[in-house]
Amino acid sequence: MADSQQISTGAKTGAHADLAVNMLHSPKERAVEYALGFCALVSVLTTLGIAAVLLVESLHFFAEVSIVEFLTETRWTPQFIDKHFGIWPLLSGTLLVTVIAALVALPIGLMSAIFIAEYAPERVRKVLKPGLELLAGIPTVVYGYFALTFVTPLLQTFVPGLNIYNALSAGIVVGVMIIPMVSSLSEDAIRAVPRSLAEGAYALGATRIEVVLRVMVPGAVSGIVASFILALSRAIGETMIVTLAAGAMPNLTANPAESVQTMTAFIVNVSLGDTPQGTVEFYSLFAVGLVLFLMTLSMNFLANLIIRRYRERY
Amino acid sequence: METNERNGSSPAGQGASEGAKVRVENLDFWYGANHVLKDVSLDIRANEVTAFIGPSGCGKSTLLRCLNRMNELIPDTRLEGRVLIDGRDIYRNADPVMVRRRIGMVFQKPNPFPKTIFENVIWGARVNGYKGDEADLVETCLRKAALWEEVKDRLHAQAYGLSGGQQQRLCIARTLAVAPDVVLMDEPASALDPIATAKLEETILQLKERYTIIIVTHNMQQAGRISDRTAFFYMGELIEADATEQLFTRPSRKRTEDYITGRFG
Ligand SMILES: Nc1ncnc2c1ncn2[C@@H]1O[C@H](COP(=O)(O)OP(=O)(O)OP(=O)(O)O)[C@@H](O)[C@H]1O
Ligand SMILES: [Mg+2]
Repeated sequence: MADSQQISTGAKTGAHADLAVNMLHSPKERAVEYALGFCALVSVLTTLGIAAVLLVESLHFFAEVSIVEFLTETRWTPQFIDKHFGIWPLLSGTLLVTVIAALVALPIGLMSAIFIAEYAPERVRKVLKPGLELLAGIPTVVYGYFALTFVTPLLQTFVPGLNIYNALSAGIVVGVMIIPMVSSLSEDAIRAVPRSLAEGAYALGATRIEVVLRVMVPGAVSGIVASFILALSRAIGETMIVTLAAGAMPNLTANPAESVQTMTAFIVNVSLGDTPQGTVEFYSLFAVGLVLFLMTLSMNFLANLIIRRYRERY
Repeated sequence: METNERNGSSPAGQGASEGAKVRVENLDFWYGANHVLKDVSLDIRANEVTAFIGPSGCGKSTLLRCLNRMNELIPDTRLEGRVLIDGRDIYRNADPVMVRRRIGMVFQKPNPFPKTIFENVIWGARVNGYKGDEADLVETCLRKAALWEEVKDRLHAQAYGLSGGQQQRLCIARTLAVAPDVVLMDEPASALDPIATAKLEETILQLKERYTIIIVTHNMQQAGRISDRTAFFYMGELIEADATEQLFTRPSRKRTEDYITGRFG
């Protein structure tokens, strides 16, 4: 610390005039710097812009519907004569699908990450990893039809009373969709744990599973948690699968066999429908969008918190 | 000692003696198609420090890692020949996990776990089902590794807060907690400053009473200071193994002499 301070004061006083010529301020360097800064600015401004639009348009909505109703009412019926605007049915629909997706994707994703990183021989890894990543390349509309026309009928054979549109099938397929995200990012995190730690553990007479569970996974925990949260954000924002397979019935329920509507599916329905601009139904779109935005934002915030806490320990 | 018949030290005449702690018999090792150990036969005696020396890439680390089966963690390797500990073959009818519990290893770069000092020492013992008093074992092992006095007031601080030399002695303590008979060390002092190195060497000399130690080093003075016997390797072959003093003063092979006098390598 002290050293670097001394060096910088030395440069400031111009003790070495020839060394003080600052290459970083040549026109070319400056042009590059501005171009990079501009690109960074564009993405920040876009995010801020979206947030601003959501906020401003939501204000129109909340001018007509009180926040209290929005947060306490248990019905969401914007298209009915008797309109109710309680967010809970949509929120619960989203949460239900997300929880089911998490139950599918997190264990399977993490275990396949562990398998690929630590168990699979080189040849198997070379096939498995791109194979899994291929799952991420399937268009979501294909997943949606797969859920509706294959998974649901299959589930109906052993889940009695399963609605043709239901949260279970949509949640499972959303889970399958995000497996590659969990496994790929978690595997990167596990592989980033220094090999020397694993070797140290092996040399102490640890078995492979002990090395994996007590050294590799704890060492990679921040990356693993990050992959979980990113995947869950993706599940929350997933639209096509839930629109096709979960239904269009805002329904405050925790029963996965029932039809539910998620926030995203509602936004799709209203956007595609003939809802006239300027009506309260139209503005409700932005209010729901704002909630969605706040949810993913707080999840990212949470992810950062967790990552930082574990970084200190490991 | 120096003059008994076991010192007959031409490479072919490494007569396998009775009662060697570790015996390497006609060992060959390949990384893929790369033949890196060629017909190595060597006896390591109990309660001695044996040094492996030789130019970079001659296979010292590879041989060391063959002695506790660490090399089989690397894919696409092949081994022929035998390694015996107390007369028991460690490659046939043996579990690598059990082998590594008896033959511990300290690495070139200190690699403590990102845990507390206490957790580091007890880690291997716990994994091996140690049921006794943990605080006791940690103290004993830290004392043996000559680290106790320096860390006894901060056992629950992070190991990464220790200096490099302290971390290396922590790694030794961690290895001792598993109660091995043989401790392998691959250039354990190469990342340390002279004072930390001196401290480490002192520790090694103390450990010799209870453990058999094999150490790889590039430092000829170090080999001279701490080892009882020295083995010189060149391009995957064991050129000469002898009492350290003998090997450094009257090497029987020209290559050994060239190496220790600094004419190559
Ligand atoms: N993991 C590996 N995969 C393939 N080849 C390897 C591997 N490790 C070592 N080798 C090769 O085996 C030979 C012997 O290496 P080794 O590390 O045993 O030498 P060394 O005597 O320990 O050298 P140094 O003094 O530099 O540590 C070298 O040619 C090296 O390139
Ligand atoms: Mg080496």
